[in-house]
Amino acid sequence: MIKVHINGRAYDVVENITIMQAATMAGYKIPRLCYHPKLSFFGGCRVCIVEVEGMKNFVASCTFPVKEGMKIHTNTEAVRKARKEIVELILDNHPQDCNICKRNGICELQNLARVVGVEERAFEGERKSYEKDNASPCITNNQEKCILCGRCVRVCSEIQNINAIDFTGRGINTRISPAFDISFKDSVCSTCGQCVNVCPTATLMEHDYIKETFEVLNDKSKIKVVQIAPSVRAAIGEYFGIKPGKNWEKETAAALRKLGFDYVFDTQFTADLTIMEEASEFLERLGGKGELPMITSCSSAWMKAMEQFYPDLIPNVSSCRSPMSMMSSIIKTYFADKIGADPKNIVSVAFMCCVAKKYEAQRPELMVDGMRMTDYALTTRELGWMLKSAGINLPDIKGEEFDSPLGMSSGAGTIFGVTGGVMEAALRTAYEFATGKTLGDIDILSARGNQGIKEGKIDVGQTEVRFAISHGLGNAAKLLNEVRKDKNKYHFIEIMACPGGCIGGGGQPYAGLGSEPFDVSLLKLRASALYDSDKTKMIRKSHENPDIKKLYDEFLGKPLSEKSHKLLHTHYKPHTPKGIIPKAGK
Amino acid sequence: MSDTKRQELKDFISEYMQKDNPSSYLIAVLHKAQELYGYLARETMEFISETMNVPAANIWGVATFYHYFNLTPRGKYTISVCLGTACYVKGAGEVMEAIKEELHIKEGETTKDMTFTLQEARCLGACGLAPVMMVNGKIHGDLTPKKVVEIIKEYRKKEGK
Repeated sequence: MIKVHINGRAYDVVENITIMQAATMAGYKIPRLCYHPKLSFFGGCRVCIVEVEGMKNFVASCTFPVKEGMKIHTNTEAVRKARKEIVELILDNHPQDCNICKRNGICELQNLARVVGVEERAFEGERKSYEKDNASPCITNNQEKCILCGRCVRVCSEIQNINAIDFTGRGINTRISPAFDISFKDSVCSTCGQCVNVCPTATLMEHDYIKETFEVLNDKSKIKVVQIAPSVRAAIGEYFGIKPGKNWEKETAAALRKLGFDYVFDTQFTADLTIMEEASEFLERLGGKGELPMITSCSSAWMKAMEQFYPDLIPNVSSCRSPMSMMSSIIKTYFADKIGADPKNIVSVAFMCCVAKKYEAQRPELMVDGMRMTDYALTTRELGWMLKSAGINLPDIKGEEFDSPLGMSSGAGTIFGVTGGVMEAALRTAYEFATGKTLGDIDILSARGNQGIKEGKIDVGQTEVRFAISHGLGNAAKLLNEVRKDKNKYHFIEIMACPGGCIGGGGQPYAGLGSEPFDVSLLKLRASALYDSDKTKMIRKSHENPDIKKLYDEFLGKPLSEKSHKLLHTHYKPHTPKGIIPKAGK
Repeated sequence: MSDTKRQELKDFISEYMQKDNPSSYLIAVLHKAQELYGYLARETMEFISETMNVPAANIWGVATFYHYFNLTPRGKYTISVCLGTACYVKGAGEVMEAIKEELHIKEGETTKDMTFTLQEARCLGACGLAPVMMVNGKIHGDLTPKKVVEIIKEYRKKEGK
């Protein structure tokens, strides 16, 4: 321990921490911008400057280490003035359009301007001017709003290991872009959306389909069918300022009906369906038909990254579509038949915690008989905005059930949203399919938790199945490079592109209430919303879901049937935008 | 890309790949590539990305940061017109305009016949001769809009154009 003085009071702090960390312990949250606790130090924005006695210049508290006896001042007149001027200078090269900006009210830069007390714009003059990049169905890039904090560059490189973007140009012409100034659409971007999550402004955002969805909702000639993913209900409350940890399942179902959807279905139902197919596929592979280890396929950003960076592993990836795409297929076939509707009149909308689902929705491989199955995929944030815009205050409304027959789900379907959840759900079913026995302890704890890579073992019939789970594409790279060396190390691997799994998805509400993206405590709370629901459900295994059994009896036949293959499975091919790709795992 | 040049670049890179932290030699490799081809084409950068296992976005970041790197092919003659203070007050602006008009290109561009590339420079250290320009290392001083057009014509004549 060493002693430091902060604003005139002495504090004992541990060595080798930064001034910012020491100040946080002392109860001062120094204003900051480019800093992020889970990313490398950058020290670029200078907003977090403080005065240190004996030092000629102000120092950036995010990178400067504390020393014994250091006298630090965070709020002197001089430092407050300098900090305000720094933010003013940032704002002077930023559009003055807060009123018509999509992040109005939920913008870190706007908050910061208020916190440091900016009350006027000092300089008029030339501002940067760039074409917007709206070509990608997932990520839009408006460089006029960029303040060059570099968090997106760091998250893409350090957490996701994709390196799709970097600083380009220099001086006043510096910008963030993919290689060769190409669009995000043509770049190696996995579309995970984590850059959107950490962007402090409206520079990087999801490509929203709000306008299109409202148009559909007001079109009387269409049958409007919607589905929501488990993780949406675990986080949507945050958009309304409520602490995470509660599952808003029933309220969200009711809210979607209020928005004007005719049928409100649950992606958890097709999570159960995914498990039926995936567990069957796994047992087939375990029996010698197909390659091992089998790798899960429901994370869309992983799907894109896999085709680009790991084409050699394509034979190992499960052919199962994601629960969203399975639901859309079932909606436009089985359900359309049930209600006697022409699938062309059905509009299938999906609310997901995910930015990459927008990419998945338009993958040509997922069309059935030339028809697109998911018409629009929207994020949790877009849902939050739509509800607010329609005057539907989620916390105030009375919960309702999902519609039948695609609304009932097991606890296994619920935990899909958390890293390890797909594995746990699949093993619950695979075990019983293989052994014919009932699984004693249904909670597979080795699949749970927030470690980047998890491993475990479970006896499935004759075989001791070794499994591994990773979340975040950087962890996936580590795990898969091991697999490349030794294909016999594991039998079954779950990969989720986003830190924490879908609950940490790129489309989740901006971290508020004092938390930050990738904040473990935030992810734990969202996870507990789902694990708690699983625990209280009567049915906790996918194959025990009666509506799933009915779907097979009435329509699909059995798992991996011809019909299943047409509607619920897919194929992959290498997509290597030539040369852009360095080998995975830089 | 011609095969011999690509092979030379590949050999150059493989030497660095033996060292610790090979990606830190990226700038040296880009220099070599520019020496070979005169500029950094996208396909050259993609080749470097794959061979060195450095993300293309990082390479693009470096290539666009340093003015030294050319991202488009260069003409046979590079004309650098000094727009430094001394040259500027003695009429370098008009000289530049005259060249642009004569060559039908802007700063940073290359004529269609690949003969001339035009760029601006900040002080060539020959202020006594202001306004000056440099054509592939040769200084031309005491320029006027009229004189500069004559000089360009001389170079054209040399090329038989």
